[in-house]
Amino acid sequence: MDAIAQFFHNIPIDLLIIQTVNGVVTGMILALVASGLTLIFGIMDVVNFAHGELFMLGAYLGFVVFVSTGSFWLALIGAALVVAILGAAMQIVALRPLIGRDPLNTILATFGVSLVLQNYALWQFGPVVRKIPAPIGSQFTLFYLQYPWYRLLVAALSAAIIGGFWLFLKHGKFGVWIRATAQDRVMAQAMGIPVPLVYTGVFAIGAAMAAASGVLFAPMVGVSHTMGLDWVLKAFIVVVVGGMGNFVGSIVAAIFISLIEAYTTIWLDPSRAVIVSFVILILTLLFRPTGLFAATPR
Amino acid sequence: MSALAERTAPLVHVEDVHTYYGKSHILHGVSLNVAPGEVVGLLGRNGVGKSTTLKTIMGLVRPSQGTVRFDGVAVNGVPPYRLARRGIGYVPEDRRIFRLLTVMENLRTGLDRDGMTEDKRSMLLDKAFTYFPVLKERRTQAGGTLSGGEQQMLAIARVMMLEPKIILLDEPTEGLMPRMVTQIRNIIEALHKEGVAILLVEQNVPLTLAASQRVYIMEKGAVRHHCAAAEIDVHHPIIKQYLGV
Amino acid sequence: MRAQPSTEPRSPENGPGAGSAPLLRTEALSIRFGGLLALSQVNFDAGRDEVRAIIGPNGAGKSTFFNCLTGVLRPSGGRIIFNGEDITGLPSNAISQKGIARSYQITNILPNATVFENVRIAAQSRRHSWNMVSHHNGLTDINQKAEQALAAAGLLGKAREIASNLSHGEQRTLEIGIALATEPKLLCLDEPTAGMSQAETEDTKQLVRRIAKNLTILIVEHDMQVVMELCQRITVLHYGAILAEGTPEEIQNNAKVLEVYLKT
Repeated sequence: MDAIAQFFHNIPIDLLIIQTVNGVVTGMILALVASGLTLIFGIMDVVNFAHGELFMLGAYLGFVVFVSTGSFWLALIGAALVVAILGAAMQIVALRPLIGRDPLNTILATFGVSLVLQNYALWQFGPVVRKIPAPIGSQFTLFYLQYPWYRLLVAALSAAIIGGFWLFLKHGKFGVWIRATAQDRVMAQAMGIPVPLVYTGVFAIGAAMAAASGVLFAPMVGVSHTMGLDWVLKAFIVVVVGGMGNFVGSIVAAIFISLIEAYTTIWLDPSRAVIVSFVILILTLLFRPTGLFAATPR
Repeated sequence: MSALAERTAPLVHVEDVHTYYGKSHILHGVSLNVAPGEVVGLLGRNGVGKSTTLKTIMGLVRPSQGTVRFDGVAVNGVPPYRLARRGIGYVPEDRRIFRLLTVMENLRTGLDRDGMTEDKRSMLLDKAFTYFPVLKERRTQAGGTLSGGEQQMLAIARVMMLEPKIILLDEPTEGLMPRMVTQIRNIIEALHKEGVAILLVEQNVPLTLAASQRVYIMEKGAVRHHCAAAEIDVHHPIIKQYLGV
Repeated sequence: MRAQPSTEPRSPENGPGAGSAPLLRTEALSIRFGGLLALSQVNFDAGRDEVRAIIGPNGAGKSTFFNCLTGVLRPSGGRIIFNGEDITGLPSNAISQKGIARSYQITNILPNATVFENVRIAAQSRRHSWNMVSHHNGLTDINQKAEQALAAAGLLGKAREIASNLSHGEQRTLEIGIALATEPKLLCLDEPTAGMSQAETEDTKQLVRRIAKNLTILIVEHDMQVVMELCQRITVLHYGAILAEGTPEEIQNNAKVLEVYLKT
């Protein structure tokens, strides 16, 4: 008992608070990326391996829009809209013909698209890392750090986007269509709901969320054609830990994993702290494979 | 007998339909029709293809041979959501209401469509709640919390929101208490009075004969007998042969 | 003189099962799923070489009954006695080894293997061996058993066909062949003529007649013609309990049964 108290006493409280803030910020961005994935899987049973590329493409498009207009916000909206359309096209061309078939086919299809998009970006933009400056450059003092306001803004925006979508799902006409289709696609059709359109719409929304995350994250890390990879891997972990198709679960899981990882970096260096996510993933699969946070039954 | 069926152009016309589930040949040339506003019964034992016939009409399963016509137009291969919008309502055997949606949201799925006005919307909802007062009580409850009988009512109410020309009812009284069976009978009669056609699949012979104008009897994937409901009763040898033991 | 299996129509009084201990007996068999009592105090018995139909309306518990017999489900109460042995609660593989075989409602064959291979794998189950080295051609007794089962099912001519290429009726026959290859004492057929045409149903009826010699068969069926023509006795289940039992004529004229089926 004493040893534990000693242990915690040795950790400076300011470090704990800083890491909590970091964890929540990272968690919210991860939640935004992951919720697009969860949405697509939960409604359409499609594992979208191209999600990271949509994230990356969103960042590049944001860069292009920013360069021509000088506005970060136009970049955010523009990128989300264009990628939404791209996502819809992708779903119609590559995924709609595969509905009802073995899920392995859709995995291969989305993986194929991801390769195409990655190489397209490389060809179009070259290997040089691009920069989108943050809309707010100022910082505030958090204990001994100069903490960028932008990071908090990103967390807030992510929460807003997720929250906005949640309301849309609960109340709008399309929200009801989406939820009905997710529960029973055959009866949804029998009630006159145009299920193929719902699927395309859902995919477009998921893609837009990925693109928005890309633009939001770009000022923090720079735009490159591999920027999607790390994030998507974490996003998949989040989706599994949160419960596949469980929207609320994936958000909780994103914050949970990011917080644990942030705290771990107090003792380990960041490249090793990543192990934490994998440990959580393995434990989840071993003991609660339906997801740690399966709050609402699907 | 044929004059009965051919006087008016049929609303639903199924002609020589063969349907397979994979290799299993379920329907072996089924032909039947339903006139506008008519209640037609489809009787038969388990496994003879009654549900498959309804699913074929609804477009949930595509026939390998034969035609399905709705309102005079061939509808083979038309996706179910289009047929629902054109006026075919489908109430499946296990009800299949949206369990995680509220009663109101279930009804909404039928109400949110083109040409819907606020007035029409409230009129239809009023109708549903008049037919089924218990649904009004439970309108904010999740569908999955309703009892079996209430779910059956919701399944029918939901389809009424589409203002269908015909309702395909698959074994609505299965598993229900006798009191509820009477309620279903009354609902079918009320819908008939409103001019909605009904194709009623059932194993409850007295109910079907009382509620229908005509009945078809199926066996082993084909129609074996067809007559006016008034011509037979539950003790008729035909009933014993195809539905009894 | 030892009695030979007769080719005359067997009547229940002097037919199989009469006078000898039943091959299968259930005592107060019950199974409960949460709040639902799917089988309730079922006292069932079937004699040797009997062909018995189990019928009843939807949800009567027919498949559940089969599932209990074959170890797929564990009963909540009661006992199952097979060939003098209590087999209640044994897992399906053990029950298969005791001599109970089953065909399923949804065809359960190996689609990418040949007809012969399908049946041989079943025949192999009866001889346990750690031998992983010798070629299957060398397993003469198993190959013979497989051939016999195929011959009994009438599918010898299609032995080399890939199973998925067979017609629906032939696939269901193959299922019966697979069951036969395990040399069962009791064969449970779950809706053997489901989805079949009249012609295929006829073939299946004849197949069952052929294999009924020296084999006890339980059939769950909805096709009443098949039931009436094949079975000596019928058990009617309703809401998980036995409603009536008797010869086809008795059941046909049983007012309670008719009531239940026509919902009068």
